[in-house]
Amino acid sequence: MEYSLEEVMETVRMTLYHNFDIRTVTLGINLKDCINSDLDIFKANVYDRVSVYGRRLIHEAQDLEDKYGIPIINKRISVTPVSLIIEACAQADAPVEIAKTLDKASKDVGIDFIGGYGALVQKGMTRADKRLIDSLPEVFSCTERVCGFLNVASTVSGMNMDAIIMLGKTLKEIAGRTENGIGCARFVVFANAPEDNPFMAGAFHGVGEPDFSLNIGISGPGVVRGVVEQNRDCDLTELSGVIKRTAFKITRAGELIGRELAHNLSVPFGIVDISLASTTKVGDSVAGIVEMMGVEKMGAPGSTAALALLVDAVKKGGAMASGNVGGLSGTFIPVSEDSCMNDAVRFGALSIEKLEAFTAVCSVGLDMIAIPGDTKAQTISAIIADELAIGVVNNKTTGVRLIPVPGKKAGDYVNFGGLLGETYVMNISSFSSNDFILRGGRMPAPVTSMRN
Amino acid sequence: MKREQIFITVIGKDQKGIIARISNAVFTHNINIEDLNQKIMGGYFVMTMLADITDSSITISQLKKELSAIEDEMHLKIQVQHENIFKTMHRV
Repeated sequence: MEYSLEEVMETVRMTLYHNFDIRTVTLGINLKDCINSDLDIFKANVYDRVSVYGRRLIHEAQDLEDKYGIPIINKRISVTPVSLIIEACAQADAPVEIAKTLDKASKDVGIDFIGGYGALVQKGMTRADKRLIDSLPEVFSCTERVCGFLNVASTVSGMNMDAIIMLGKTLKEIAGRTENGIGCARFVVFANAPEDNPFMAGAFHGVGEPDFSLNIGISGPGVVRGVVEQNRDCDLTELSGVIKRTAFKITRAGELIGRELAHNLSVPFGIVDISLASTTKVGDSVAGIVEMMGVEKMGAPGSTAALALLVDAVKKGGAMASGNVGGLSGTFIPVSEDSCMNDAVRFGALSIEKLEAFTAVCSVGLDMIAIPGDTKAQTISAIIADELAIGVVNNKTTGVRLIPVPGKKAGDYVNFGGLLGETYVMNISSFSSNDFILRGGRMPAPVTSMRN
Repeated sequence: MKREQIFITVIGKDQKGIIARISNAVFTHNINIEDLNQKIMGGYFVMTMLADITDSSITISQLKKELSAIEDEMHLKIQVQHENIFKTMHRV
């Protein structure tokens, strides 16, 4: 036989016992040619485009799941940043109406999340950007599937502190209008947001993209944890090699399925995002890999180094396996969506400051972190500024997805349900940075941005 | 015509008739068995069957449904996957 029994069984075991899957296939769709100053025509154009392609995406993805026996967990859509497409439509309710249209189209065809309700405002805001930001609390309270983002900083432009001030208040408003503040789980604030990220909540179809682009996110951490478990005694160089080989294999599978899916949909293939993404399933946890490496609890001294080794090995293996690596391609460390991460918070091993340190070595920032509902807006802005500064200065993507849970204080338990998981509210420093944050303005781009 | 090959893999407690039942199901759909490998691994019966479905009118998902009856009855885990996934993951 061309393949040994062990090789075949390795793949089969990954699927049966280690949650080997394709984490997401995300179809990026350009909506700029749907623009119309008549809101009804505009909405009809958007609905048709999203529903037609959404239906096809789901159908074709299911066929490939059957063919390869590899589950494709999420089938999603990202669209042109909505602030761009509402420019020509002056009606006051245009932003919310477009959000509702995206939500309805997704619901009608079975797309669980649609990303792109956002804007790129790293240097300043247009009137449309401002309208979009103002609409966020209402949008997240009246839709279920729409995801949003705001890119407020970049290495070449610096940080838009005025937008960051607004966001502190906006996040509190979103939280106040949705149960347990859950609306905030659908909104990410970015520095250096990638235009081809397939992962929610921050996915959008960038302006440099073609009409359509199929992007894919590879399997989760369960497979990597499995091989680390089988290699308990090797040194870290060997361990890196083992992880690299596994990342190579799972990325190749992602590449195969992504390219075939793009071909079947007659759209260009975009990228493979080689991020490891946790799920709430036991064993499918990035923190679980770090702990399997020999760190007692995620957050203990040594966790950042272990995470750095993991991310590096996954990148090296993944880069060899795919013709087009893109998106975030780091490793996600969402708190509520990762069971071991949650345990670490519960046992006091993991603080928000340590999470911030992690983001210096991996994507994608402070993710799915519940904070006390009475945290001041300026403090939220300051946490965002800290995290995005790491991205800006280090020329990488960082993001923030914080949930100020109304009525909850540090240590309280909160359940967001389903894919979004459960968590314990984290403690936030009570010292204030109000005077610094409220200075506003634009923080200049770092000197490392001057590369020409 | 391009050859379409699949792998049928079985994991479970060793018992009489596993290969017979699966071979028979495959045969009735004009699927040719190209290779077969079996072993006891960690106390479990493990089998991989490489089969050519080029001449068969059955789809992979229909075959899966048929084999799931054997899966339930004999308490096995049966996977059906197109060969390309193994080629992609294990051959550079």
